[in-house]
Amino acid sequence: MSENKVASSENIVMLENRLGISRRSFLQLCAAMAASMGLPPGADAAIAEAVASKKRPSVIWLHFQECTGCTESLLRAEHPTLEKLILDVISLDYHETLFAAAGHQVEAARLLAMKENKGKYLLVVEGAIPTKDKGIYCKIGGQTAIDMLKECAADAAAVVAIGSCSSWGGMPSTGPNPTGSSSAGEVLGKVIPNIPGCPPNPYNFLSTVVHFLTFGKLPEVDQLGRPKFAYSRLIHENCERRAHFDAGRFAMEFGDEGHRKGYCLYKLGCKGPETYANCPSILFGDVGNASWPVGTGHPCIGCTEKGIGFTKPIHALADLKNVVPPLGFPRIVEEQGSGATIASVAVVAAAAGAAVGAAAAMAKNLGQVTVPPPEKSDKTEGKTKTERAEP
Amino acid sequence: MKRRDFLKGALAGGALLASGSPAQARPNKTMPPEAVGLLYDSTLCIGCKACVAACKESNGMPPEFSTAEQYWDTPLDISGKTLNVIKMYKEGSGEIKDSEKNGYAFMKVSCLHCVDPSCVSACPVSAMTKDPVNGIVSYDKGACIGCRYCVAACPFGVPRFQYDRPFPQITKCQLCKHRMEEGKYAACAEVCPTGATLFGKVSDLHAEAKRRLALKPGEDTEFPRGNLTTHDQSSFPAKAAKYLPQIYGDKELGGTQMIKLSAVPFEKLGMPTLPERSYASVSETMQHTLYGGLVLPLVFLGGLTYIAKRNVKNDDDNDEQH
Repeated sequence: MSENKVASSENIVMLENRLGISRRSFLQLCAAMAASMGLPPGADAAIAEAVASKKRPSVIWLHFQECTGCTESLLRAEHPTLEKLILDVISLDYHETLFAAAGHQVEAARLLAMKENKGKYLLVVEGAIPTKDKGIYCKIGGQTAIDMLKECAADAAAVVAIGSCSSWGGMPSTGPNPTGSSSAGEVLGKVIPNIPGCPPNPYNFLSTVVHFLTFGKLPEVDQLGRPKFAYSRLIHENCERRAHFDAGRFAMEFGDEGHRKGYCLYKLGCKGPETYANCPSILFGDVGNASWPVGTGHPCIGCTEKGIGFTKPIHALADLKNVVPPLGFPRIVEEQGSGATIASVAVVAAAAGAAVGAAAAMAKNLGQVTVPPPEKSDKTEGKTKTERAEP
Repeated sequence: MKRRDFLKGALAGGALLASGSPAQARPNKTMPPEAVGLLYDSTLCIGCKACVAACKESNGMPPEFSTAEQYWDTPLDISGKTLNVIKMYKEGSGEIKDSEKNGYAFMKVSCLHCVDPSCVSACPVSAMTKDPVNGIVSYDKGACIGCRYCVAACPFGVPRFQYDRPFPQITKCQLCKHRMEEGKYAACAEVCPTGATLFGKVSDLHAEAKRRLALKPGEDTEFPRGNLTTHDQSSFPAKAAKYLPQIYGDKELGGTQMIKLSAVPFEKLGMPTLPERSYASVSETMQHTLYGGLVLPLVFLGGLTYIAKRNVKNDDDNDEQH
């Protein structure tokens, strides 16, 4: 244990020199990673250990039908020295945007990396893949996107789709979709781990990669292949404007009084109630409060969600996914008041019993006075008493 | 007066009165000329309960708790503290919106503002009134004697009594008539994010309801929000639901000023199946027949008197014999 500690702290010291960041900020980053994935306490240490000691995994990053926004957002992660970390923690062996080299040189580097790290490298796919007309609408070095993806995926340890385009088709797949754009999962014919978003939050991607690095496997995913730590909750559930929704305070149009007061954007077409993502809790760009679309006053467009982002008009209203019963609605016929308690039944029974007993006793007494002593009762009194007792 | 003379006189008087006021069956009342109301479309309702919150705020009603921890207003039904509530129908797995089987649907419970309201008919004073122009059924606490006939008379169970107050009142939706004086309209419709509750003239609401029923399920269309007559809010695009071919409140008890659309049978959503003839017209016809000109009561009284007189023994005579 103590040897391990010494070894890991030595590794971290080496890492400090290698990355040029302080030990403190490195450990802070590892803790943040563990927290964003919802990992238990102690996982931050495991992450620190893994990042500091393990051999940097080879990463091959493919670009197809996309805008490079995913890469750009990753590069602009403003966490201290994060770009240094990501470039030094992983061995980025192929990335068209970041490569200084070009042409056949780069393609040769990709093939070499694939050969050297066969079965061990991580394949990241950015952008949709055109499938119409045998995929001729996107070629790199004369190779179609379909062929390149299949070639690279064959020997990869894991394939991760980054961004909505490679996750579910994204903007290029929106109708009429002339090039037959499809997701990486559709082309490979299986559900692959994906980080949808336009662009996705860089920390969701980094956390997934670091999880792979630390534990040798990708984090738990949902049925669509999205990591559960980031995509298991609706935006609506954690939205800072949710209280306004519940109270019925809505912005009616951009710039009106409600909009300026920060009211709920549902009426402007916010897709938060039908979009699964952690935007309101993790935010964007590391600049603090409200740095996400809804925070800045624009309704969520549902960019992470197939069939919503780039498909549903921005001003169309969202279907509420989180009202599926039984979440706090009175039923059509609502039984009010609780049933009789044992104590109340006992009290009522005792009272009823006493009444019956008293009635019986009284009846008995009435019977006894049917023949009154003649000398003590006057005429009318005796008459009425007799009449009463008759029945 | 001899018994015979009395009976003769009673019959003659009764016949005279009866000929002067012949009992007639009262028909259903008709829609007031400037009737306003609401259109509630269950298929558009998302269950956000913004209308419940807005209603409380606009009418100054207190929160009502049905949970152990009293943090949020959680009314289970309309009551002395709640004028409007969104209820939920759920069947089986309850996963499909607006499906009768394995689905769920919402229903707004509030006053329907009947064209021929039972509560107004039953009120022995003039506490429950229907506005002759806009048709809003409203309540005057100053005139109310607390008999709660309106509570018993309403077929929808709308008027509620404040049993927990030392000076209780009847509570019911009055279509935010106090807001209309300020140029506004019903708060529930103003705040509704999907236009599931729509305010407007009843004629406009009926036209809109008919337009929706004519749509094919899944057809793209625009749904208005807020005030249908003034178009104060923007409409939004959505697909038409699979409506039942019925406008609830069109014929029920002679019609209501709040009408409803749904994809789940109304009976399942707590809206009873009701005859076209209003209860008020039936009961008023009966009462006016029985009590018209006080003929029948007088005849009845005459009969009773006759029977009583015939059966009474002449006790005085017996006493004299002793």
